[in-house]
Amino acid sequence: MIAGKRKLKIVLGVIGSDVHAVGNKILENVLTEEGFKVINIGVLSPQEDFINAAIETAADLIVVSSLYGHGEIDCRGMREKCIEAGIGDMQLYVGGNLVVGKKDFTEVKKIFEEMGFNRAYPPGTSPQQLIDDIKKDFNIK
Amino acid sequence: MGIALLVDFGSTFTKLVAIDLEKEIFLGSSYYPTTVETDVMIGFKKALNELNKKISKKNIDIDYDLKLACSSAAGGLKIVAVGLVPLLTSQAAKIAALGAGGKVLKVYSYKLTADERDEIEILKPDLILLSGGTDGGNEKVIIHNAKVLSQLKIDVPIVYAGNKCSATIAKRILKENKKSVSIIENILPELNYLNIEPAKELIRKLFLSNIIKAKGLSKRMDFLSSVLMPTPSAVLKAGQLLAKGTDNEEGIGDLMLIDVGGATTDVCSYSLGLPGTGGFVVKGLPQPYMKRTVEGDLGIRFSAMNLLNTAKKENFMKKCKIKLKDLDKKVEKLSRNINFIAKDEKDIEVDKLLSAISTKIAINRHVGKFQTKYTPISPVNILYGKDLRDVPTVLGTGGGVIKAKNPKSILEKSIFDEDEPYILKPKSPKFLLDKYYIMFAVGLLAQKMPDLALRLLKKHLIYI
Ligand code: B12
Repeated sequence: MIAGKRKLKIVLGVIGSDVHAVGNKILENVLTEEGFKVINIGVLSPQEDFINAAIETAADLIVVSSLYGHGEIDCRGMREKCIEAGIGDMQLYVGGNLVVGKKDFTEVKKIFEEMGFNRAYPPGTSPQQLIDDIKKDFNIK
Repeated sequence: MGIALLVDFGSTFTKLVAIDLEKEIFLGSSYYPTTVETDVMIGFKKALNELNKKISKKNIDIDYDLKLACSSAAGGLKIVAVGLVPLLTSQAAKIAALGAGGKVLKVYSYKLTADERDEIEILKPDLILLSGGTDGGNEKVIIHNAKVLSQLKIDVPIVYAGNKCSATIAKRILKENKKSVSIIENILPELNYLNIEPAKELIRKLFLSNIIKAKGLSKRMDFLSSVLMPTPSAVLKAGQLLAKGTDNEEGIGDLMLIDVGGATTDVCSYSLGLPGTGGFVVKGLPQPYMKRTVEGDLGIRFSAMNLLNTAKKENFMKKCKIKLKDLDKKVEKLSRNINFIAKDEKDIEVDKLLSAISTKIAINRHVGKFQTKYTPISPVNILYGKDLRDVPTVLGTGGGVIKAKNPKSILEKSIFDEDEPYILKPKSPKFLLDKYYIMFAVGLLAQKMPDLALRLLKKHLIYI
């Protein structure tokens, strides 16, 4: 799909000790249907699993979900690990229910961007929003 | 039909087994130290004379109608495995190489360095298994590694079993530098799909066509119907036959095989190893039905010193009755005297102890483990590797088990331990013993007559 030639490769998974599986399956289906190559590593995935999968498959983007409210702890250090593993310029998106309760999202967004995530999404973001942004970021028409 | 002669040109001993193909029985066996430095046929002939004597005592005409051999002499099938991510393609390459009956000298990950290239030259493998990248995945690293391997000053066949998208380029690079390269399906085409059979088959073919010759084993063996496969591969085939059966003969189902030798301890499981109980989340590389692991630091002769050190580190020595000082000395002697056959009470006791420890540690490393992750509501069990708790049979082979005073006490070390419930070993297995050392022989026969081979196993393996 990049320059009309090959499929964009996305590593998808739910980070940390989080078992919420439904949204993950939905995202896998929606993104696959959109024409992306999805490598879904599923729930309960440590940062290293995302990174290893991205290296082996030469992924273009990592989409992290966190639904249970501990996203900040689970995601900390992920950008640094990517740099260490030689994929420092990897695009990182994160979404779900990133923190506990209904915090002001601009603040939450700032925290995740400072942690090195390229995009961070508030609860209730539709998969379509995600697709639109991917297309924008990767110049896909 | 008539009598079959099955030969194993082993690393230390050349072993012969005679099978009556009509009556479908084991006739006898013999062995003699392998004479690979001079001429393997010398040792073979000595062993053959002894076997002939034994058989003629039974008033059977000696005329071998079928002669088949396997070999692990001259170091066996030495393989260097190259992959990308250690827990993904490097691991897959190692599993494939071991499954093909190879001896894995070293596993490399990421971009190979010039120093690593020099190291490979020193290791002198018989074959290099090059993997890396899922299909459509990373191409840079495997192409880089093909370039590095193309500079090797040694002549070694390279099997390319990585990302299919970079196969053509890698092949060109290697060919331009006069390297022998064969392309085969990716061992990890998708992150969650392990595909090692094609690579294993190709390795076996190369072993027959190139490697046996290169080792100078086949020249004088023309009267044998040549060497068919590496010895471990023959043993693995026999295990698979026993577990799975053939179209006409039923197998015995899931199985775990343990082979305690002088230099290594091998474990092979024939089971999908899916979690037997609910509440598990499976993680890590997908597991093959037949999985072989080889522990190079566990063995009762050459590796005895290493074994003892490992055992001390892992606190296995606590329950041991023999005084440690005495044991150290004995083990040191054993590790230098690799052909030693224990005769007196004390030596037999030491062997038994070493075999038991080898078994326990090797199986602990082989089987899957679960890790408990404490999540906000409840703990979740994450399974890495194979859950082998429901495996009903454990089969013992190899000198360390077969020749032991009480083989059962050794095999019992494979049982699930309530004190370490996260190590997923068989809970209540029955034990089989390869008393007559026929596993390799049956593995060879299975190539030509699988039904008969399986019936032989059922007849001559004994429950203990
Ligand atoms: C079902 C459920 C469970 C089940 C999960 C079963 C399973 N295996 O999937 C169980 C009972 C196990 C469970 C447990 C817990 N849960 Co719960 N659970 C839910 C519930 C009711 C539905 C989740 C669901 O499936 N939604 C449907 C899917 C389609 O939506 P989704 O998961 O949100 O995913 C969509 C979007 O978020 C988005 N999305 C997801 N990832 C990403 C990433 C990006 C980049 C983008 C753009 C979008 C995106 O797209 C997805 C598809 O549309 C929600 C409440 C709710 N109504 O959402 C609570 C909820 C998620 N759980 C919650 C909590 C707190 C827990 C527990 C910690 C304790 C508890 N109260 O039970 C434990 C944690 C267990 C653990 N270790 O993970 C909270 C989270 C609070 C927070 N973060 O602020 C919620 C919101 C309930 C609440 N309001 O309190 N839970």
